Amino acid sequence: MNIIVCMKQVPDTAARIKIKSDGKGIETSGLSYVVNPYDEYAVEEALRLKEKVGGEVVVISLGPDRTTEAIRTCLAMGADRGIHLKDPAFEEADPFVTAQLLARVISGMEYDLILCGKQAVDDNACFVGPALAEYLGIPQATVITKLALAEDAKSVTVEREVEGGREVLHLPLPALVTAQKGLNEPRYASLPGIMKAKKKEIKAVDAAALGVSADALKQKVETVTLSPAPERTAGKIVPGEPAQAVKELVRLLKEEAKAL
Amino acid sequence: MSGVMVIAEVKEGRVKKSSFEVTAAARGLCDQSGAEVGVALAGNEIEGLAEAFGTYGADKVYLVQDSELERYSTDGFTEALAKLIEEKAPDAVLAANSILARDLLPRLAARLGSGLMTDCIEIAVEDGHLTGFCPVYGGKARAKCRCIGEKPHFATIRPNVIAAEASDPPRKAAVETVAPALEAVRTKVLDEIREMGGKVELTEASVIVSGGRGVKKAENFKILEELAAVLGAAVGASRVAVDSGWRPHTDQVGQTGKVVNPKLYIACGISGSVQHLAGMGTSRTIVAINNDPEAPIFEKADYGIVGDLFTVVPLLTEELKKALDN
Repeated sequence: MNIIVCMKQVPDTAARIKIKSDGKGIETSGLSYVVNPYDEYAVEEALRLKEKVGGEVVVISLGPDRTTEAIRTCLAMGADRGIHLKDPAFEEADPFVTAQLLARVISGMEYDLILCGKQAVDDNACFVGPALAEYLGIPQATVITKLALAEDAKSVTVEREVEGGREVLHLPLPALVTAQKGLNEPRYASLPGIMKAKKKEIKAVDAAALGVSADALKQKVETVTLSPAPERTAGKIVPGEPAQAVKELVRLLKEEAKAL
Repeated sequence: MSGVMVIAEVKEGRVKKSSFEVTAAARGLCDQSGAEVGVALAGNEIEGLAEAFGTYGADKVYLVQDSELERYSTDGFTEALAKLIEEKAPDAVLAANSILARDLLPRLAARLGSGLMTDCIEIAVEDGHLTGFCPVYGGKARAKCRCIGEKPHFATIRPNVIAAEASDPPRKAAVETVAPALEAVRTKVLDEIREMGGKVELTEASVIVSGGRGVKKAENFKILEELAAVLGAAVGASRVAVDSGWRPHTDQVGQTGKVVNPKLYIACGISGSVQHLAGMGTSRTIVAINNDPEAPIFEKADYGIVGDLFTVVPLLTEELKKALDN
């Protein structure tokens, strides 16, 4: 089975974010990066499938040089090889352009299943997965929490989150799914895994290799400015014995906050 | 703006409140230019749902009806709505940021060659561009974004940020029924598992009672549920509570869970990590109940009670019962 995982490297969720003086991006020096948490579920699920039925897991990521580390992490978990979409011309790639570039590289590959995270935790766009499925003309299932491959390996049955519950959905392959928390518990890279990963291939692919024109790299959504979220400041600690404090809290919620 | 189309959503036979919020937002965008607000409602036998949109400022309601649209599918809804959007050529397409919208809007935008601004907490038109404020980096920053490609421009709006206010004067929306000729839907729903019949969805809830490490075990969430029942609130959980198996992952609030935006958020036994704050930092009023006076949640909460939640929460339930009865 040929499995592709699309992965994004993102700032560590615990990292402090500092905005650059031009107000358009973040300070990246000293920032630590990780594999997008939802993409980890995607990698783990791909590896479990491969362990069951055999095949190859290819991890594709678009980003600057540092992205190699995140691809290497996935290879250390057990993925077979990586493709790194890397070009100065990709630096301004928004989710739309990213989906286009991924579609271009993937359409030249053999694949049965594509896995993505349900969203990247940096831009929260939730765009690339469904857009990529659209460009490849394949069915999709987003926010999945379970995946089972049919015996003939021609379809998958997934469980996905819907409002108020879950639905069980059947998709013919090839298909694209996006991973939600609950799908699995991602493994840590083992020491032998890390050693092996050093020898695995990461192929760099640039704009020329993809044959993309400048037009195809035009953003559809631009960031005009980036600003820190307004800081919430500490309010009041309501003093007193519990019974007394609760009475006062209810009064404050009603009269001051008008929250009731 | 030559027109805005709202993609509305039906849940259990009723239009979702957040769809009315987006209709009101669209009305706001169009009031500057007098452009038309259209609402697209896809489903089957949904005639009775059209009328209410006029109240919130819709000029037109398109009922996109087909037996294939009885339940949501990416293929069916994308095809039906893409055709409608192409025909009506609005400048902007808006929807509430829901699980369904996050499945549908990217696919729809991609099909029509557009980008998408996701989860906007403010929306405007500036120099002819649809412009939105989107929380990014787990709510630590806000991006002012704008769509620059060809129209229509797409955006989803976070529930509870725009009031679903009746437009003044109220309008009577003209209803147009559309019968799309659909190709086969490739996916098939085999089963549906209802987990919270009748309960309030976290992302749309206006009041949330949430529990964390301090709740200590699954059974103890009962006292939070009792408080929630009095307030008509949804119950949420921190990552610790979910990872400990006390609550399903669908209840998790935070950077790797749900982003919520209620009027009132009551955090019980939650320390308040940056990742948790990423999920609830835009709540209008935050109350924290925690026995650790040093818990970071108190630095973000509007009101705090330092105390044992097992004492404080039941007292609060009783006190609110009295207060809300009056």
